[in-house]
Amino acid sequence: MPSLNRETVRAGAQGVAATLLVAALIAIGSRNLAHFDAALVGYTFATLFAVFGITYRYSMWLQRPPTALYWRRGWQVFFSRDRLLASLAAWPKRVVGVFAINNFIFRRSRTRWAAHWLIMWGCLLAAAITFPLVFGWIHFQTPADDFERYRVYVFGFPTFSFRIGSVLGGLIFHGLVWASFLVIAGVMIAMRRRMRDRGAEAVQQFGEDFLPLILLFAVSITGLMLTASYTWMRGYAYDFLAIVHAACVIFTLLWLPFGKFFHIFQRPAQLGVAFYKDAGRSGEQAVCRNCSQPFASKMHVEDLILVERALGYSYEMPGGRGDPAGHYQYICPRCRRLSMALAQGRLWQAGRGREVTDRPGIVDVAEMMEPASAPAAANERA
Amino acid sequence: MSVPSHLNFYIDASRCIGCQACVQACTECDTHKGHSMIHLETVDRAHSTQTIPVICMHCDSPTCAEVCPADAIKRSEDGVVQSARKPRCIACNNCVLACPFGVPKMQVEFELMMKCDMCYDRSSVGLKPMCASVCPSQALFFGTREEIEALRPQAAPIDRFQFGNQTITTKVKMMGPKNVAGQRPKHIDVTAAMDEHAPPRSVSLGVLNGAR
Repeated sequence: MPSLNRETVRAGAQGVAATLLVAALIAIGSRNLAHFDAALVGYTFATLFAVFGITYRYSMWLQRPPTALYWRRGWQVFFSRDRLLASLAAWPKRVVGVFAINNFIFRRSRTRWAAHWLIMWGCLLAAAITFPLVFGWIHFQTPADDFERYRVYVFGFPTFSFRIGSVLGGLIFHGLVWASFLVIAGVMIAMRRRMRDRGAEAVQQFGEDFLPLILLFAVSITGLMLTASYTWMRGYAYDFLAIVHAACVIFTLLWLPFGKFFHIFQRPAQLGVAFYKDAGRSGEQAVCRNCSQPFASKMHVEDLILVERALGYSYEMPGGRGDPAGHYQYICPRCRRLSMALAQGRLWQAGRGREVTDRPGIVDVAEMMEPASAPAAANERA
Repeated sequence: MSVPSHLNFYIDASRCIGCQACVQACTECDTHKGHSMIHLETVDRAHSTQTIPVICMHCDSPTCAEVCPADAIKRSEDGVVQSARKPRCIACNNCVLACPFGVPKMQVEFELMMKCDMCYDRSSVGLKPMCASVCPSQALFFGTREEIEALRPQAAPIDRFQFGNQTITTKVKMMGPKNVAGQRPKHIDVTAAMDEHAPPRSVSLGVLNGAR
């Protein structure tokens, strides 16, 4: 039996802790399951599995050397005394721009943005409705004095109420319908691109790229069928549709930790990177040991050296440029590219039995002109 | 789809004439439409016409992928290191700074790293990558080992590179001499000449100064 390493045990323990926490919140939020809808128990267990899976994978991911370092650095930079105010000021703008608007996807492609934005908001809306209902965190009650109204209870506490037949009531009760419209529209745009774009066609994979779209579509369309069944078809095939819908949702929940959906949980790291870059720009710059030009923040270069060492790379350049602690990371990307040409040139010089020079591509024109005087010499000999 | 195993990429920087055809052709590739992934570098513009086209060498153990905190760079089974996965890349710039060959490009506007993927839409169906299809001097060559051996009888493909203490092996091969002092060169030492400052070299331009 393979032995479990420390990372796996830690990730497993964190997964179990997160699962127990959500289970406890379900028990508390539903007032000891008093408001828990037993018909949705399948969803609950699928969600608990997803919580375990997501936490486990997230924990394993955070323990990779580069992720661990930038996770730590991101928080250090954000809360550093001289940057905290600027970070707090920049934070809301970045959250809105990156997460609410998806501005970076908008700049990549308008259609990709439309697809992502519709799917994202559709899923967020659906999740905000479904999970609290499944967990029994939200339930509705009719006040004793007014049968035409519903009161919303959150975690068992009464909040606002609305008239059943009102516009607000219609909006609230059909929240999942509106969410499915957003998701289906987004899935259609994304699917069209995947079926027509030759670049996407070359690199896409079924499990990674198609399956999430198919699952989102299946969840949305079967959900809409349920609404259609009870609204216009007197509940025709409702039980069957309810089972199909539940199967789609449960499979999607179980798939959350494994496939493309996991990016939902990884993506917030983008914020940490933005603050890390802010600190890098205002800090000391790393200077290329070859061309003496600044090319990146010193903090970033030094962090990268730590990461590379942790990963087992050894880009140290002993004795390089008179610096005993030389490291290839201190050579700028452009000089690295040029060095390839020079290294190949030197090898060819050696192969041709010539003197190996530092800059083999540089031709001494004067030397080349020497043979030009050869005819004169030949004449002399003649 | 995957790149057929009998086809490979051979790069010979010493044959590059700096015509920029590869740079233009690269933008035509469907996997990175409109964006050229090639770096065509002029080594020392003041003293030389030497240029080098830099494409991804597709390392067997890609440093760019290893240092990626978001796990966004994947190497497919045929050995091609793919461009960053769009949903994952968080534009941290680690890959750009870590790649020993200086290949990945950060598209700041898109918050996305993009790199040469050997024109995967083409190479995965056995076609030449765009750059290799237009290179007039065959500095960039995509084909079989037999073809390159027939074209360059004096040269041998090398896929090991030395960066300080680190050896990197790659899918893409660089052409070097078949024989150096009676031996076949085992690797290209990229950092060897960085040990000492290159001495300032006075190049006497005979054409301008009058031939000696």
